[in-house]
Amino acid sequence: MSENKPSSLRVDQISMTFELPDGNSIEALKNVSLNLEEGEILSVLGPSGCGKTTLLNIIAGFLAPTSGQVILNGNQVKGPGPERGMVFQQGALFEWMSVRKNIGFGPAMKGVPAARIKETVDELLEIVGLHDYGEKAVYELSGGMQQRVALARCLANDPDVILMDEPLGALDALTREKMQGLVLKLWKETGKTIILITHAVEEALLLGERLLVMAPRPGHIHKEYRLPFANLGVDSDLRSVKKHKDFGPKREEILAMIWEMEEDIMGRKE
Amino acid sequence: MLILIIYISIFVLAYVAYKAIAGFTVSKTGFNARKTVTFGDESSVKSNRAASIISVISIFLIWGAFTGSKITPLHVPGPFVGDTSFSYTATNEQNLTSQARVHIRVGLIGQDFQKPEISDNNQSGFAKDDTLKVGAWRSALIRVQNNDEGGKVKGYRVTAIDGNPIAPKQSVEVADGVVNMTKKGSLSFVPDKGWQMEPIWLPAPESVVSRLIEISIDGYQNVTLLENLGWSLFRVIMGFTFGSLVGIPLGYAMGLNGWFRGWFDPIVEFMRPVPPLALIPLVIIWFGIWEQGKISLLFLAALWIMTISARAGVSGVNITKVHAAYSLGASKFQILTHVIVPNSLPEIFTGARVAMGVCWGTVVAAELVAAEKGAGKMIIAASKFQQTDIVIMGIILIGVIGFGIDILMRVAEQILVPWKGKG
Repeated sequence: MSENKPSSLRVDQISMTFELPDGNSIEALKNVSLNLEEGEILSVLGPSGCGKTTLLNIIAGFLAPTSGQVILNGNQVKGPGPERGMVFQQGALFEWMSVRKNIGFGPAMKGVPAARIKETVDELLEIVGLHDYGEKAVYELSGGMQQRVALARCLANDPDVILMDEPLGALDALTREKMQGLVLKLWKETGKTIILITHAVEEALLLGERLLVMAPRPGHIHKEYRLPFANLGVDSDLRSVKKHKDFGPKREEILAMIWEMEEDIMGRKE
Repeated sequence: MLILIIYISIFVLAYVAYKAIAGFTVSKTGFNARKTVTFGDESSVKSNRAASIISVISIFLIWGAFTGSKITPLHVPGPFVGDTSFSYTATNEQNLTSQARVHIRVGLIGQDFQKPEISDNNQSGFAKDDTLKVGAWRSALIRVQNNDEGGKVKGYRVTAIDGNPIAPKQSVEVADGVVNMTKKGSLSFVPDKGWQMEPIWLPAPESVVSRLIEISIDGYQNVTLLENLGWSLFRVIMGFTFGSLVGIPLGYAMGLNGWFRGWFDPIVEFMRPVPPLALIPLVIIWFGIWEQGKISLLFLAALWIMTISARAGVSGVNITKVHAAYSLGASKFQILTHVIVPNSLPEIFTGARVAMGVCWGTVVAAELVAAEKGAGKMIIAASKFQQTDIVIMGIILIGVIGFGIDILMRVAEQILVPWKGKG
């Protein structure tokens, strides 16, 4: 499926400031830079208000930064495009289309012949484990299944980078764990570059080869980790990864960091 | 008032009776039967089928009972029909008194009946027997003096009815009616009216049904029933279609573009609360009373509703869906056709249902004002001739068709936008 073109994503000195209706201005992001190699999976973590969703929306092209630029494969990002696929938390599927039509939406918009779309969709339905659900309406599926459709729809377009905005945030704990395994499996099988925004520390640790902790006011990258867990999780189940000797201490360290930031925010409000 | 009391008692009695019977028969094994909190729990309130059936039946029973219908078993007392009589005592100028009887026949209006015959007209006194015919629910004057000897002479007067004294502006109850004396001393007889309604107020159900059969076969005033209803429906469909053809694109433009929204918002927001009926006089002045006027009116009735629902449909699109579509490589036009339009269809269908209902109400009202053919025209023409049965038949048909339109729209909605409310 992948055409194996080199996809490097560069976020270059991005700042985002905007004025509120009451005249105050908000500095959502300040001088954020990062580089992604092809096939890397990066998780971004931070307390609410740290600008992680703003950063993702800028990379996706839904927002234009006040300064700085996003460069993908040598081209500056100026708006949304099919080379950057999005997976949203929920509500992004088209409920007037069957599962099959949803997954085939991207290729259909490009004018790919129906026969080839069918092939792609069949393959993806198999990969995400929904081969019996192609003709169902999306609102008949459970939340976890809907997110499988969302992942498959994104992959059908064969994007260079997949941007995930808390894709598992609305799922219950059990489904969420299964889906984390699926994300890792898809990452390894397709070799896609993935940026995953989350507010769950465990998820960020499990799914990120690299983990960015962002801090608010103004939003910036606070700390960066390189982690072994994503690669471990590809071959074994996630529960055993969580028992890894480094997992617990890392989780506590990051949790403490985020707690501190949250308390800082509360303190400033009072 | 009496009818209201009877209706409320039927309501209460039926409820008590149902509770008594249901206490033995309704199963108590379902989940709802285990709920202890039912007052305030909307999900445990189910529309009671038995209540609906008894409700409809009791309306027909009351209707039948108060109109003397042949299809209902119980009736309230009807008007007096048949022969009756009362006696009167007259006093002449010499203060002599004499008695005679008035023989009365009460018959139904519209049926042929004759005055009763008098068996013996050779009475000894100066007062002579009289005969009279009266229609049920009506009254009649009796000039008893006309055939009495000395009746035209000054001093002659009627002093008692059935032995009860009477004077001008007084009345006396007699068998099967009341005798009134006018202030000039003439008598009038009002037969007992009973509790039933005169057909010109409320006809019996079967006469409405027979009118329906008669008019659907022969037509009314040279227009068949189907033609009348067909014209009304035709106007509604034309008005609704034009209203949608203009309103939906306008609503989309208002939902997608700030200039359009700013430009049309004042117009739409002003016109929306204006009842279409208030536009009838202006529409008649501008477009006349013919088809153009009525269809313009219905166009205006449908237009604002469709505009607002299309605008709401566009505004209601979840931004993540639009973002998702852009990220999947859709163009602006593809976003419109594949995301915005299907996303707005449920809202538009809701609007269409409302618009059809409003148009149907408006067309009947417009036809009441001016039309050659149509359901409204039929009932207003019938009302001018006091053909109440046709008026009631027309009202029932208008209601049935309005209900049918709503059902059809709902079915269409289920088939065409099954994703409604599932987003």
